[in-house]
Order: sequence, then C-alpha cells, then structure tokens
Amino acid sequence: MAKLRDVCLDIRSKNAGPYWITVDLFFDSPETYRKYRDNPAIGPAAFGALYEVDPAMIKHFPVDSLNMIKISYPRATAQGGMLERDMHGGQQYVRLLDVEMDGNESGSDTRDSLAASRAGSNEHS
Amino acid sequence: MNTSSKLAGTVNVLVPVGSLGVGIQPEEMKRGVAAGAHVIAVDAGSTDSGPYPLATGISKHSREAIKHDLAIAMATQAEAGIPLLVGSCAMSGNDMAVAWTRDIVIEIAAEMGISPRVALLYSEQDPAVLKRKNAEGRIRPLAPSGPLEDKTIDACKHVVAVMGPEPYIAALEAGAEIILGGRTTDTAVLAALPILRGAPLGPAWHASKIAECGSLCTVNPTDGKGVLIRIGADSFTIEPLAESNCCDVHSISAHMLYENANPFRLTEPGGVLDVTQAVYEAIDRRTVRVTGSRWEPMPYTMKLEGAGADQYQTLMLVGIEDPEVLANLDLFHDRILAQLYERVRQTMGEAAGNFNISLRFYGWNAVSGRSLPKGTPFPREVGLLFVATAATQAIATQIAKSCNSHLFHFPIKRGIEVPSYAFPFSPAEVERGPVYKFLLNHVVEIDDPLELVRTEWVDFSANKGAR
Repeated sequence: MAKLRDVCLDIRSKNAGPYWITVDLFFDSPETYRKYRDNPAIGPAAFGALYEVDPAMIKHFPVDSLNMIKISYPRATAQGGMLERDMHGGQQYVRLLDVEMDGNESGSDTRDSLAASRAGSNEHS
Repeated sequence: MNTSSKLAGTVNVLVPVGSLGVGIQPEEMKRGVAAGAHVIAVDAGSTDSGPYPLATGISKHSREAIKHDLAIAMATQAEAGIPLLVGSCAMSGNDMAVAWTRDIVIEIAAEMGISPRVALLYSEQDPAVLKRKNAEGRIRPLAPSGPLEDKTIDACKHVVAVMGPEPYIAALEAGAEIILGGRTTDTAVLAALPILRGAPLGPAWHASKIAECGSLCTVNPTDGKGVLIRIGADSFTIEPLAESNCCDVHSISAHMLYENANPFRLTEPGGVLDVTQAVYEAIDRRTVRVTGSRWEPMPYTMKLEGAGADQYQTLMLVGIEDPEVLANLDLFHDRILAQLYERVRQTMGEAAGNFNISLRFYGWNAVSGRSLPKGTPFPREVGLLFVATAATQAIATQIAKSCNSHLFHFPIKRGIEVPSYAFPFSPAEVERGPVYKFLLNHVVEIDDPLELVRTEWVDFSANKGAR
C-alpha cells in the first residue's frame, strides 16, 4: 500500500494570497504521475473532507508537463487573526503525507482511507 | 536566437532581487548593466508576512536592510542612466510605507550628492471613495469572500488598491528616473518599461511573473539574487545574474506554481496572463526561452487589500514534562480549558466581554490543532501556549492573570499533590499587542488606471538632502 509520501518527490504547501492555501504534489516519475493523477484519494471530495473545505471550492490542476498536481483551497479564515496557527500555510501539506494511494484507483472506496487520515479539530472558538 | 539578436531587438529588465531588502549584490548589478539592461525593477512588498505591515505601515525588513539595497540600486541607476522602479514599498505599499521609503531615498541621494527625478505613486484609498464605489456596485468580492459592507471598510486601518503598470508608465513618460510605488502587483513593476517600449503583452507579463522572485526561478536559488529578462517580438528569455548559476526548463516552468492558486492563468489589472500554451526551451547552458505566452485583455480592475485590528492578545507559555500529563494531553486540554473559562467568568464576569482562550501544545498538536491518531507516541515535553484574546490589551492581560494559577498547578487527576509546571518568565504573561487581520478580498472596477492613484515628485532643491 503506497502512501502519497511514497510516490512523490516533494509535497509542499504555501499561502497564495491571504485567503488561499496552495498544495503542490510533485510525483516521482511520469509513470507514477499518470498512475495517480486521477486517483480519488486526492480528488476534490477526499481533499475537501481532509481539509474541511467545500469540495466545490477546491481548485485542482494536473500539470502534465511537470508531473505534478496543484490543489488550492480557501482558508477557513483569512491569514492572521485570532486563531492563526500557520501564518504561511507551510505545514498544511503534512496531513496529506499518509493518504493511501493504492486500492482506490477504481474510485469505489475512498472513505476508508480518508477516515484513517482524518481526525477532528480540537480548536475552540 | 543568437546572443546578438537577443540584445538587438529586446527590452531587457534587470531584476536585482526578489524582495528589496534581502541583499542586492553589486557585482550582479554590473553584470546586468553590461548585458544591456534598460531598467532596474524590483518588488518590495507582499501580503505573505501577514496583515501587520498593511495595518501599521511598518516594513518587515529593517531600515538598514532597505537602505543597503536602495543605495546599490540608486548608484547603478545613476551610473548607467537607466530608470529604477520599486513596487510595493515597505511591504504593504500604503502611504506611510511609500513615505518611509521616500525618506530613505532622500537620505541616500544626499549622501551620494545626486538629485534624481523621483516619482512617488500613492494608491492608499479614502474610505469615502470606497463607499461610493461600493454604492455604485463597482466593488465585487473574490472567492471565498462575500459582498463588501461599509462597516468592513470602516474596520480597516489602511486600504490599498493594487496598481498595474500604467502609473509607472505615466511617470516614466514624465521623465522619472526613480519611481517609488505604493502597492503594485509583483509583475506590473517589472512589466512597465517593456510595455511602454511596445513589448508584446503575453511575453512581457509572463517574463515578469517568472522573474518577480529574483533567483527563486533558477536551478540554485541561493547562488546569487537576481535575474535578467529580455523580452522580444514573440518570446522572452531569462537567465540568472550570477555567472555560476543557471536557469533550466524545469526551474522556469515550475515557477508559475509558486504562491499561485492557478498555475496556468494569472489575473492582473486589465487582463489575464494565460501560459497554458507556453513552450519552454533551453537555448544555452543558463538561459531559457519561452514562447506561446498569451495576454487576454479584460475590463480594468484593481484588487483591494485592507487590514485592521479590533482585538488584543496576551500570552503565557508553560513547559510540561510530567509523564502522566503527557500521556493524557487531550484530556488535560479539555479539562483545563473548561476550568479556565469558568475561572474567568467567576472572577471577571461581564468585564471580560467577548473573549477567547486558546491552548496550544507545542510538541504535540499545536500546529495543526487536530486530534492525533490513537497510538501516537507521547512527547517528552510540551510547551503549552496560552492565548487570551479580548477587546483590549488590559482585559486580555487580566484574563491571563486570572488563569495564571490554574495554568501553573492544574492536576491531571484528583487526590494528588498539587503539581507545578514550568513557567520560563516572570511575569508569566506577555502582552502581544493587537491581533491584525486582513479584511478585504475584493476588486474595484475602474475606467481609468490612474483614477485611484496619486503621483507626487520629490523636490530635491527644496530639501537639499537635509532630511
């Protein structure tokens, strides 16, 4: 069972303006990229569940020439503010590292892999 | 494309560094000028560091760092006789930030004994003008924000409109040798002179997007600081200023990803850069040529950025090594948090107002704020950061003081001797100041790109370097 961290050379996240975070997934070869490009484990539904974002708001861009996928999502609140924990969004990629990439290529069973990597927030407001 | 044709028919932009204040290298400036630069263009701002610079007008960089870089850039400008354009002065590009940068330039000019013609482009906005535009239906939200309310405008300490290249072009046409711009898109300050000289818009904007972070688009971003772009009839080239460094197809094409929500399309004032069809090719060991960049004209809009602060925070940090607490951190978190809220209500009552207490265990889950999977190994120690947020600094500090003894002694279970955790500071609380926040994510539609911009000129004869 390959995890996302096993099939990527680099996974990073960063602020893209004060209202968005962007995540870059650089796959380790053209073959790996093609194999996982359309994998539902990193599709909008699964990604939205992992980041607690409406899937309709998620921007998903496969970039064939670079064997990478860019995924951008809106922050729950603008950068800064009372409950900010990661001003530049630079650590937001970490929850993606252990997403299971195999066994779901048919798209039939994304929920289990999500449940394994998903956990509730303990933020108090 | 050989070297001579590159020089003959192109507009060449020397980008000395990705962010003014990070450290311009004099030898790179010399190399850029020798290679035929027609302009020095540098971005000095960003919202990346958060809302503080915009809300206060204070730069993230030290005055000394900005002066160091400006002195090198101004010396090159004077020697080479090519314009120097600085966008988004002092991070936020609000009026205070432009004036702060202006005073540094005046000081350097006096020290160098020069009197360059300096244009100042101000783009901070009067709330009354914004409310009128809003009433006219000419301000619209960007995702994920909603329609703008006047009370949001009032909550901003400063609002800037993000300029395109037009105010720079107008100042260049009026004879500016140095332009200090308020908030500007990173790309526009680089694209201004090429557009003035008639460069094609697709390559001009795309080259500027790739070059705006200086050497970040090179193979070895820590080898040197700057890059040189040459914009020709249907393409552009880019190369590092450091001789030992190089650009390759991957380093250049991957840069469209950086801090961009969309890797193919970039919205700018007056249009959209589309690089979907761009073709990247190495033309020598260190230079990449790009063709196929497209510019789609759109109705002219300027993005609005606004920031303010209406709350204050007081912090306490306490270290915990007690193994029993560390084995039950989530339980400890929930119990102590409930106790702290109860304690504040008891001691302060209504006087606490609308407040918030946030507890973050550094060493456990402070960064994500999420519960960890069962079986996660316990840490050896944690730093518990207590964050009280309230309407005033005084109230936030009273909340912290009310919570002090609980944070110090809260037991993990009943019937044990009262523990004492490890405060590093006396007093334990630290007043952090205002909680700055971004408040605007909107664009304003305008008919004239200069409508919301004010241009002023520095009169050296009046100041005579005395400031």
